[in-house]
Formats: sequence, C-alpha cells, structure tokens
Amino acid sequence: MTGAVLSALLGHWRRNPLQLFTLLAGLALGTALWSGVQAINAEARASYDAAAATLGEGSYGQIVARDGGEIGQETYVALRRGGWLVSPVVEGRLGPVRIIGIEPLTAPRGVGPLGLGEQADLGAFLTGEGQIFGRADTLAQLAETGARLVDAPDVAPATAIMDIGLAQRLLGREGRIDRLILAPDQPLSRPALSTLAPDLVEAARQDGGDVARLTDSFHLNLTAFGLLSFVVGLFIVHGAIGLAFEQRRPMVRTLRALGVPLRRLIALMALELVGLGLVAGLAGVALGYAVAAALLPDVAATLRGLYGADVSGQLTLRPAWWLSGLAIAMGGTAVASAGALLSLARMPLLASAHPRAWAMARGGVRLAVLAVALLALAGGLALWGRGLLAGFAMLAALLVGGALVLPPLLGQALRVAEGRATGVLAQWFWADTRQQIPGLSLSLMALLLAMTANVGVSTMVSSFRLTFTGFLDQRLASELYVSASDAAQAADIVAVAGAGVKAILPILSVEAKAASQPVEVYGARDHATYRDNWQLLRSFPDVWDRLAQGEGVLVNEQLYRRGGVDLGALVAVSPRLTLPVLGIYGDYGNPLGQVIVNEAVFAGQFPDVVALRFGLRVDPSEVAALRKTLRDQAGVPESAMVDQAAIKALSLSVFERTFTVTTALNVLTLAVAGFAMLMSLLTLATMRLPQLAPVWALGLTRRKLALLDLVRAVVLAALTGALALPLGLALAWALLAVVNVEAFGWRLPMYLFPLDYLRLGGLALLAAALAALWPAWRLSQMPPVQLLGVFRNER
Amino acid sequence: MPLKGNTMLLSLRHVTKTYPRAETAVFRQVSLDLDAGEMLALTGESGSGKSTLLHLIGGLDTADSGSVAVAGIDLTPLDDAGRAALRRGTVGVIFQQFNLIPSLTVAANIAFQARLSGRHDPDRARMLAERLGLKDHLDKHPEQLSGGQQQRVAIARTLAAAPRLVLADEPTGNLDEATADTVFALMCELVSETGAGLVLVTHSQRLAARLGRRLHLGAGQLIEGLAV
Ligand SMILES: Nc1ncnc2c1ncn2[C@@H]1O[C@H](COP(=O)(O)OP(=O)(O)OP(=O)(O)O)[C@@H](O)[C@H]1O
Ligand SMILES: [Mg+2]
Repeated sequence: MTGAVLSALLGHWRRNPLQLFTLLAGLALGTALWSGVQAINAEARASYDAAAATLGEGSYGQIVARDGGEIGQETYVALRRGGWLVSPVVEGRLGPVRIIGIEPLTAPRGVGPLGLGEQADLGAFLTGEGQIFGRADTLAQLAETGARLVDAPDVAPATAIMDIGLAQRLLGREGRIDRLILAPDQPLSRPALSTLAPDLVEAARQDGGDVARLTDSFHLNLTAFGLLSFVVGLFIVHGAIGLAFEQRRPMVRTLRALGVPLRRLIALMALELVGLGLVAGLAGVALGYAVAAALLPDVAATLRGLYGADVSGQLTLRPAWWLSGLAIAMGGTAVASAGALLSLARMPLLASAHPRAWAMARGGVRLAVLAVALLALAGGLALWGRGLLAGFAMLAALLVGGALVLPPLLGQALRVAEGRATGVLAQWFWADTRQQIPGLSLSLMALLLAMTANVGVSTMVSSFRLTFTGFLDQRLASELYVSASDAAQAADIVAVAGAGVKAILPILSVEAKAASQPVEVYGARDHATYRDNWQLLRSFPDVWDRLAQGEGVLVNEQLYRRGGVDLGALVAVSPRLTLPVLGIYGDYGNPLGQVIVNEAVFAGQFPDVVALRFGLRVDPSEVAALRKTLRDQAGVPESAMVDQAAIKALSLSVFERTFTVTTALNVLTLAVAGFAMLMSLLTLATMRLPQLAPVWALGLTRRKLALLDLVRAVVLAALTGALALPLGLALAWALLAVVNVEAFGWRLPMYLFPLDYLRLGGLALLAAALAALWPAWRLSQMPPVQLLGVFRNER
Repeated sequence: MPLKGNTMLLSLRHVTKTYPRAETAVFRQVSLDLDAGEMLALTGESGSGKSTLLHLIGGLDTADSGSVAVAGIDLTPLDDAGRAALRRGTVGVIFQQFNLIPSLTVAANIAFQARLSGRHDPDRARMLAERLGLKDHLDKHPEQLSGGQQQRVAIARTLAAAPRLVLADEPTGNLDEATADTVFALMCELVSETGAGLVLVTHSQRLAARLGRRLHLGAGQLIEGLAV
C-alpha cells in the first residue's frame, strides 16, 4: 500500500509540474536569500578577521621605537627577561609581496595564519628551510627561497607570513625587529617599559576610530538584512508549502476514502517533504552562493578600501553557512508543513475537496490578534527594552507583527473601497480582490517585508552617510594630524612644520569633570578652520566671536544630553572657572562628554598641559612632502601622522560601496518577493476560475478580466507599499535609535528620503506588475471551454 | 445591427462543432429556428452535445462552420468583445450550477448583469427577488445558500437583465424533484411574462413536456419532438 500511496502522491506532481516547480522554487528562493546574505556577511567578517589578524593591528597593543626606527634583538630579549609578554615582528617587502615575520611561540593567539599550530608543522615552520604561509597566488609571486610553501587562504592577499628568522634572512635584516606585539594580559609585576627600554614607547591599541565605526555599521547593516531576509524567506517557504497542501486536498480525501490510514498518509507526506526540502535547500544554497559571488566584488572592494590591504574577492564555501542554509530550508519546511499536516489530520473525511484559495484565512482573527500583540510588544520593547538583544527582539516583533497585520488591514481597506465604489465592475473588482487576499497573503507579506527592508535599511544607510560626511567635514578639517610622543618632539614638530604650513592648530586636551560627568576639556585656537567647518546643532549668535573672547564654552551633544547643560547653562571648566554654554555640536561616536574653550582660557586654567597633537593646515598637494619632512627632521613615526583627506575619501568610498551592496540586496529582495508573487498567482490561477467564469459568461471579455487582474496586483502592491513605508521608517528608527544605541552607544539622527521611497514604490509596483503579467496573459488566452468547464457537473 | 426583416429570435444554419483534439464532430449541419416568445425544450443523451449547442447560441464558444444568429445579429463574424456584448445584453444563460459570483452578495449578483448591460431597474430586481423567495437572503453570499436558492438567484439575475433569449442548461438538474418543479414553474412563468424566448436543456421528459416545443439531439442531429 505504501508504494501505491507514494506513487499517487508523487503522481500529483507529475501531472502538475508547475505546482512542483513553484514549491521547489519557493523553498529554494527563500533559502537562497538567506544563505546569500549570510555568505556575504560571513565572508566579509572572515576577510576582516584575516586582515586584522595578519596585520596584528587593531586587536593588540604594540611597542615601537620612539623614533619610529628598528628595535634591537637585545632589547627584545631584555623585555622578555623582565617578564613582558611581547612577540617580535619584522616587516618588509619582497617585490609585490608584503613579508611578515612572526614568532609563533610567543605570538598571542590569533596572530598569524589561522590554524597555524594545528594543521601546520610547527617544527618545520621554525627550523630548517622553514615554511611560508600565503594564498596560492601570493606564493606564486615569491622567488624560490628553499622554504616550503603552504597554501593558506586565511592570510590576507599579497601577504606572506613566516618565521621571523626566515623573514629577517629574506629581507636581509638579520637581528632586526620592527615592532613588538603585546599580549593582552601582562604580568603586573613587570618593570616599567621606561626603565627596561627607554627608547621604546607603547603605542596605544588602535581601535581604528571612525573607520572602524563605519565598518561596524556596515556589519550591522548586513546583520539586519540577514534577519530580514530570513523572515522574507520563511514567509515564502510557508506560502509554497501551504499552497502545495491545499492543492492536494482532493487527492488526500480520495486516498482516505479508499481506506489509507491517516497516520500513514501523513508520515509519507512528511517524508516526501523532507526530500523536497533537501533538494530545494541545496538548490537554494547554490543560488545564494551565486548571488553572493556576484555581489562580493563590491564587498571585497569595500574592505580593501578599509584596510589598504587586498581582501580576496573570492568566496569560499563555508560549511557554517551552507549548513545554515539547509537548516533554514528544512526548518522552514517543517514549520510550514506542521500546520498544514495538522489541519490535514483534522480535516473531516467529507470536507470540501476543492482546493480553497481562501483556506489560509482560517484563524484570521487569531492571527490579527497575534499581530497586534506583536506590534504592542515591539512598542513596549522600544520604550522599556534594554540591551542589544531587546533591540533585535523588537525588530523581529515589529517585522512579524507588521507582516501579520497586513491581510486584515488590506481586507479593511478593500472593504472601504468596495463600499465607496459606484460602478458594478468596480464593486466586483474590490470584492474579488478582497477574496484574493488569503491566497496571496503570504507573498504579499513577503513583498511587504522586502519593501520594509528597503525603506528601513536605505534610510539607515543614507542617514549614516549624511551624518558622517557632515561630521567628517567638520572634524577632519585639517589636512594632516600629527601626534607627538612628548613635549620635546611637540616643539620639534612646531619648529619643523612651522615654515611650510598655513596654520598649526594645537589640540590641547585634559580630562576633567563637568556637570558631574567625566569630560574632555579642549583648548582651541581661534581660527577660520573652526568657524568655517563646524556646524553647531544649536548656538547663540556670534558664538565664535564670544568663544574667542573667552566668554563661554561649546559642549558636545553627549554632555548636553547627559549633563543636561543647555545653551546658557553654566559649566565648570575647572574648579576656578565657570562659563556659560554658547553652542552645542554633534559628536558622533564619542562616548565621552566634551567641553571646548578658547586656547587662552585653557592655558590659564591648565598651564601644565602642552599640546601633543596638532592639526596642520597645508595645501593638499604638499601633504606627502610634509609627512616626509616631519619624519626625517622631527622623528615622527608614520603611525603618528594621519592624513585626513585620505581617511575622508576612504570613509566616503566605504559608504558608496555599502550603498552598492545595499542597493543590490534591495533589488534582490524585491525581485525574490516579486517572484514569490508570480508563483502564488500562477498557483491561484486555476483555483480562481470559479470566480472568473461567471463574470466572463455574463459579458466580460477575457482581455478585460486579464487587465483587471494586472491592475489588481498593482493595487495590492500599492496598498502593501502604503503599509511598508511606515513600517520601514519604524524599522529605520529601531536601527538608528535602538539597535545602534545599544551596539555603539550613540544615536544617529534620522533623515527622510522621500524621493528614494518614491523610486522604491515604483520598483515594487513594477515587480508586482511583472509578476502578474504572465498569469494575466495566460488568462487572456484561455480557451472558452476551460472557463465553461467551471459550470460542468464534475466539479 | 439591423434586423434582417424576419421575426426569428434565433436562427442556426448548418452548424458543425468539433472540439479541439476530438476525433469526430459533436454535431454536424444542425439547423434550428426559434420565434420570439417561443419556449423550447432540448433533450438528448448525456454527451450528445446539448450544452455545446447552448454555448454556441450564447456566444460562449464558436462553431466550426455554419451560422448562428440571435435577434438578427450574426455571431459568426463577432470578435471576443462582440460576443461579450451579446452575452451582456441579448442573451441570459443559466447553468446547472456555480452560476453565481462568489465574492458578491445575492443582491449584487441579481443586479450584476442588468447593471453591466445598463438596464438596471431596482424595482424590477426587488420584484424578482420577492417572487423567487429571495427577499430574506439578499445580503448573504452564495456559499450561504442552498442549491435551490442559488439557482433561483441565477434565474433572478438573468431575468433582471431582461434578455431577449434565455438559455438554461439543466437549471434544476441538481435539485430534488419537488424543488425542481417549483423552480422550473417559476422560471417558465417569469420568462413568459417578459416575452423572451427560452431554450431549456433538460434530461427530464416530464419537465420537457411542459414546454410548447421540444427538440431531441441525438447522433449529431436535431429531431423535432421528444425521443421515442
Ligand atoms: N472541452 C471539451 N473538450 C473535448 N471534448 C468535449 C469538451 N466538452 C465536451 N466535450 C465532448 O463533447 C460531447 C458533448 O458534450 P456536451 O457537454 O455538450 O454534452 P451534453 O449533451 O451537455 O451532456 P450532459 O447531458 O452530460 O451534460 C461529449 O462527447 C463530450 O465528451
Ligand atoms: Mg450538458
């Protein structure tokens, strides 16, 4: 019997290949969307980690020579003996390849090629002819060295990693060290660095500043997208499975009437679904991989811009994400089919055997209640939630609640439209559209989420861009920023640079307490740089003149909010001086409060503080020469000079890339939602005939019916878009004001981009129209006998 | 289109119909005339082609050859839109079942065709609903009605549009005998009041006998009278 039932079940697909295709395609697309975004995310992070780990920068503190030069072997040995947990690094170039020599025995975990020590032969790495780790293409560029070449895809591109001894030999720098990596945990008893090695300084752990924050936003962006694509995928899978079950109701009834036990039937259908889920899941992962690979050059370019080092544009098929893709397919199938199987088990033997497009309306009230509850939960979390987890929970509640509330809202809107319609056709159109909603609701929800994601994420990225470009212009006004290690070098810098620059702006700062908040007090020189570039959120008139006169201070937004110091409020700059607030400025990314006073006021209050940082105003074309001069004549190491034009350009290009990727993902999500709609419409086409045939018989042409179907799809998409806009803005708000605050500790202003939304709405309508085009064309070409079949007895 | 000088409501000349991919024609060279106000019962075995013939007359399907003219309008050269106009304004079709538009209420269903053809008269629609016993069901949807009630709605809808020719394909075939008799009697009464012509397909000799004229379709040919 099992065989007979199975062949009957499968026979259904053989006779209805289109239905099988929609089911598989629905599952595959949902999986593809998820795994594609995951792949991009995972790859971006892996590349980021590889780059960071290889360079050893960012994650670990470093010790460098005060003069930026080399470190002697004996100094290193002295430090180790003194208890310092340091590991030597030598760096250099061999042709196109960047050579990094490390000492694996002392290097902190995570430095060097990933997995070194597990897969690699540590002995061979250290001794004898040695080993060189790098990507295959990098290794191919190296001249013959006698060392064994090990293909290590985790290493950053154009970089080769080897034991320090081998590197020193290859670079011809025996016994030389460029820098020392500091292990994160150092023994407390170790002697001070200044006593052991007075020539060395500890370089602060670089957290990458603004650029790192941008990277974080980029990742947050993608994570949000991952979440959204997951939900969109789930809806599509759910829709595909639900329809597949509805279509087979007549067969199930017949089989049961013929005496097949329900249990066996359900077991076999579950088995069949597992098979279909596996096939579709694998196809979906492959599709997602293709999508990710197509998008990845942009992601890679983004990271290349960030780290200056090449990041591979190639995708490695990571088990984690293709397994997760399969899990989504199977999990989505399981969730979707559990409900369907349950309703099948409960189906009375004599229930209507007709596939009911409106079957999903079952429990409509329950779903509406659930939707409202979820939206309320999202609101509650927004108001009282704490922590990143609450932020993401809020996002999920908002999205799922918004999706579930769509069908009842659409129903209401169409009811109103029907009530207002006067023409007979218009009335029928609205009534019939309302009847389509249950069958289309899942694909409409997917469309809603896709549009919501588009509105939300583009609002977020655009707001980021607008805020940060303004902020960078203001904050990075000077062409070159130089840090001195001590007062003597500071004096050197002023002396050396003095002649060749338009202005030297000393940056004086001291940590203090104001408005019962820990703050940084800055002394600023009165210069056009500030007057021209700084945009104050709020200020008194003549703020700059009054600041120059020492009549008041500027505070950053953080201090204004946390310390509650509004314009005119008095701020204690030091125990002896209290000044009113003249202006408030935006200070994104800074966790601390700031107070800015005039240079002279600063000097009066903190006479011991000398400026160690300087902003140098210079013609942009002379920046390179100035760097060289400062390095040669004042001994300023390269790492102590920051070329802000480069950083600005870099940040902007990061945004452009982020945009490209976001836009591509937007279009992709929309396309998938459109495809889901096409599949629903195709599946519904036959179920819908009983609704169309009477109207046709009463005197409407097929062409007109088809046209109305097209209009219907566009109208539904437009109504869905009307809900997607507020939902998307709520999503953007949640990302900017909740998730961003929880993740980075500061809040970004939200800007609106009506033109973007308009364009997006147009795209969504286009997607809907395209999705409806083929089904409509089929209807317009449908032979009359097929429509007449509706009235035959055998229904 | 002007009348061709005769009073014929319906005129079939040498009509042949073959379904696509079918070996033989359903019927060949069938001819038939019907006067205005005439009521005709069409009988025949299952599969003889009664429904097919009705569909050709109603502009729902097209013949291979021969001509069909309704109220002086030749259907042969009509395109999709022309046939749709015929279905809206000139003929009214009642099928055995599934006549109604599921998304509309009973009241909206009754008014539908009349409004499409621009002949809606609320008083007449109300009168028909009352006569057919549908007064208490006007706000319901078709799925909430019994089979007999649904057929009565279909009849009301057709008659509300005041077509010149009513085509009914076993309109009472799904109903029990008593209900069928009532619905049938009502339909005949209302059709004759409007002076429209009627072509009624039925399996029931009993019902057929109540109409003025009878035709039998068999072996692809039309024969006057009931089957022997
Ligand atoms: N769509 C179609 N495609 C092919 N053949 C068809 C189609 N519809 C009907 N036929 C065939 O045409 C013939 C006439 O069918 P029709 O429905 O007109 O018969 P009928 O007299 O109305 O039968 P019944 O009394 O059962 O309703 C039958 O042999 C039928 O099999
Ligand atoms: Mg028939």
